[in-house]
Amino acid sequence: MKKTAEIKPEDAAKELIEAYPVKVGRKRAKQIIINEVGLEEQVPEVMANVRTIPGIITMRGCSYAGCKGVVLGPTRDILQITHGPIGCGFYSWLTRRNQTRPAGMKDPNYMPYAMSTDMQEEQIIFGGEKKLKKAIEEAIDIFHPKAIGIFSTCPVGLIGDDVHAVARDMEEKHPGINIFGFSCEGYKGVSQSAGHHVANNKVFTDVVGLIDTPKQGKYKVNILGEYNIGGDAFEIERIFEKAGITLHSTFSGNSVYEEFASAHTADLNVVMCHRSINYLAEMMEKKYGIPWFKVNFVGAEATAKSLRKIAEYYGDKELKDNVEKVIEEELGEVEAARKDAASRCAGKTAMLFVGGSRAHHYQELFRELGMKTIAAGYEFAHRDDYEGRKVIPSIRVDADSRNIEELKVTQDPERYRDRLTEEDRKRLGDEFKFKNYEGMMPDMDKNTLVIDDLNHHEMEVLIEKYRPDIFCAGVKEKYVVQKYGIPLKQLHSYDYGGPYAGFKGAVNFYHDIDEMLSTKVWSLVKAPWDDSPQLTARYACE
Amino acid sequence: MRKIAIYGKGGIGKSTTTQNTVAGLAEMGKKVMVVGCDPKADSTRLLLGGLHQETVLDTLRNEGEDVELEDIRKPGYRNTICVESGGPEPGVGCAGRGIITSINLLEQLGAYAPKEALDYVFYDVLGDVVCGGFAMPIREGKAEEIYIVCSGEMMAMYAANNISKGIVKFAEGGTVRLGGIICNSRKVDNELAMMDAFAKKLGTQLIHFVPRDNMVQKAEINRKTVIEFDPAHVQAEEYRQLARKIDGNKMLVVPKPMTTEELESLLIEYGIAN
Repeated sequence: MKKTAEIKPEDAAKELIEAYPVKVGRKRAKQIIINEVGLEEQVPEVMANVRTIPGIITMRGCSYAGCKGVVLGPTRDILQITHGPIGCGFYSWLTRRNQTRPAGMKDPNYMPYAMSTDMQEEQIIFGGEKKLKKAIEEAIDIFHPKAIGIFSTCPVGLIGDDVHAVARDMEEKHPGINIFGFSCEGYKGVSQSAGHHVANNKVFTDVVGLIDTPKQGKYKVNILGEYNIGGDAFEIERIFEKAGITLHSTFSGNSVYEEFASAHTADLNVVMCHRSINYLAEMMEKKYGIPWFKVNFVGAEATAKSLRKIAEYYGDKELKDNVEKVIEEELGEVEAARKDAASRCAGKTAMLFVGGSRAHHYQELFRELGMKTIAAGYEFAHRDDYEGRKVIPSIRVDADSRNIEELKVTQDPERYRDRLTEEDRKRLGDEFKFKNYEGMMPDMDKNTLVIDDLNHHEMEVLIEKYRPDIFCAGVKEKYVVQKYGIPLKQLHSYDYGGPYAGFKGAVNFYHDIDEMLSTKVWSLVKAPWDDSPQLTARYACE
Repeated sequence: MRKIAIYGKGGIGKSTTTQNTVAGLAEMGKKVMVVGCDPKADSTRLLLGGLHQETVLDTLRNEGEDVELEDIRKPGYRNTICVESGGPEPGVGCAGRGIITSINLLEQLGAYAPKEALDYVFYDVLGDVVCGGFAMPIREGKAEEIYIVCSGEMMAMYAANNISKGIVKFAEGGTVRLGGIICNSRKVDNELAMMDAFAKKLGTQLIHFVPRDNMVQKAEINRKTVIEFDPAHVQAEEYRQLARKIDGNKMLVVPKPMTTEELESLLIEYGIAN
């Protein structure tokens, strides 16, 4: 087999689409890009956020998954009711993926529950609003929640149940409870991305801004787009606390309703997963004047860089010193673990096809191990996540995107507050980038493959051609890849491992990847009878 | 057993025509079941002398799975069997899904079983073919003969043409065929000639031209078919004729729906231009 360096990416790109009908091949060719980084981080255009070709086994999820499963799911005290047949609610039960830690035994935590209206044929025919109201009543009786979110599944949109009207009616009946509905029917948009946008909109209009009392503390920061998978948020919380930064609210890992409702009182929004939550960052800036910039707490270096940027934003010596102290303290352990793991992992290859930011973020950790990402792509990202936000003005807004509401946001006359003085602006200068995201491609090497919305056929072609040392995707891909004798690391759920964010997370990741790459088990995947027959026989009639 | 579905534009007189025709067939000694596929559940009112009170879906909802055929069938004029699918109130739920459910339930309960010895089953379907549920009676051979109630009015013809398109779709893989056009006259100029030409263009026949007569209204207000209300009236004879024609009909075709241009030129030729 050829070594990776000897494989021409042009040949690989051609092979990936060889099996397709001409029209399909033409479309996919626009989503399969050979990376090249030019002046000012210019990269080739990639087609993204377009419909998956019917019949192709996509890695994507649906709008409901993006809204309920990703953005709102990790909040423990917003009681979440799935309005639909039971499967949607059951399979989006997040207990083992997103973690949360109630402050005390009496603090509400609804995440261990899966709540659904369990629509039956009767509700499909006669409408399900009555059953939804009953479910809300029941939930209120049992749990007395502060807030209830109603999540629409496909049939709700088809039969026209009005979850918003139900939410209004029930709120009138129970004035102390904030009840809101999401029109996140699974068929909306081309991927789960649509559901993220729907979730952002509703959280912005119905939750953020309801409580004007800020948290106590200095340097109040919101983290947007951190969902506490495998305890990532816990590690970031630990680091923030150590550095003396007040984490005002996380959207939405290990979060509570009140933190969302008062998030507009913070000084700064930092964005982790750009794709799933940049809408909220943008809207909060317009309405409340909270600036935002992109951070990445995946990778030890990236964490240090992000912490320094936050300190730089405040320009406060005390904070800067604290941050430097924390970085120095933490990096010792990290460096030892990194060196050890890198001694076995360096030079090995990885492929990442996951998320709308993760395929980018995790390249940091592989780079720290001396590994090379040879192909990467997102499931549900848009062009800006690949090429950087600079391309936003040139993104064609198609009918599928127009179907998702774009809120018109204006300054709040009372609560808008410019967080930066003229002096701050001068001090930070143009070098300090707000509202930035450079995208994944400028960070990738020349001649690596960037593939949007990878499907299982292409995944198998890639594996057969390149045989990477590790493949990162989700559970739908896991067992297919492992049957090729290649380890797969899930980056949606971490295979119940983690955390991988922050400093301690980096150490965990080095360790887990080292283990996966060093084990001999994968060489045993090949069945013995593939090499030599175990039995011999001859025909009786001979 | 002949399985017939009546389609046509909303308000064209499907239910009235169906029930009067069924009354005619019943008079001839035929055993007929009428399945109303309209959430309003008024497709059997004239045969029953009032609204059917237990629709399939209501019964299913109230009784759970424990539904008996006798709970949902009501005997009507001359032992016709009347069933109403029922459905949600306007603006909620999915009436289409309701029709699918109730027809499936009727099948499971043996409403069409040989021992019922039915000569005919009639499906009276709401409006145009609007979604999968309303097409249910023509899917999977549930109805094999379609009659479209139409008039010389432009929109009625548009609807009839659209319904033909639906029939073509299901005829390709199944047994459903168009049996003819029933003109329920609105006294449009030149109506008979135009409907005749229209039917021929579709590759079918104008099976009967039912003239407009106030007797229909009068019988209707008395919750009766014309045949029951005034058996000697000329209009009763019209429906008897239609019943006989359907009973003897052998012309079952896959229709050839027109393009909008063809349809419009037909209208101009026979209607507006004159």
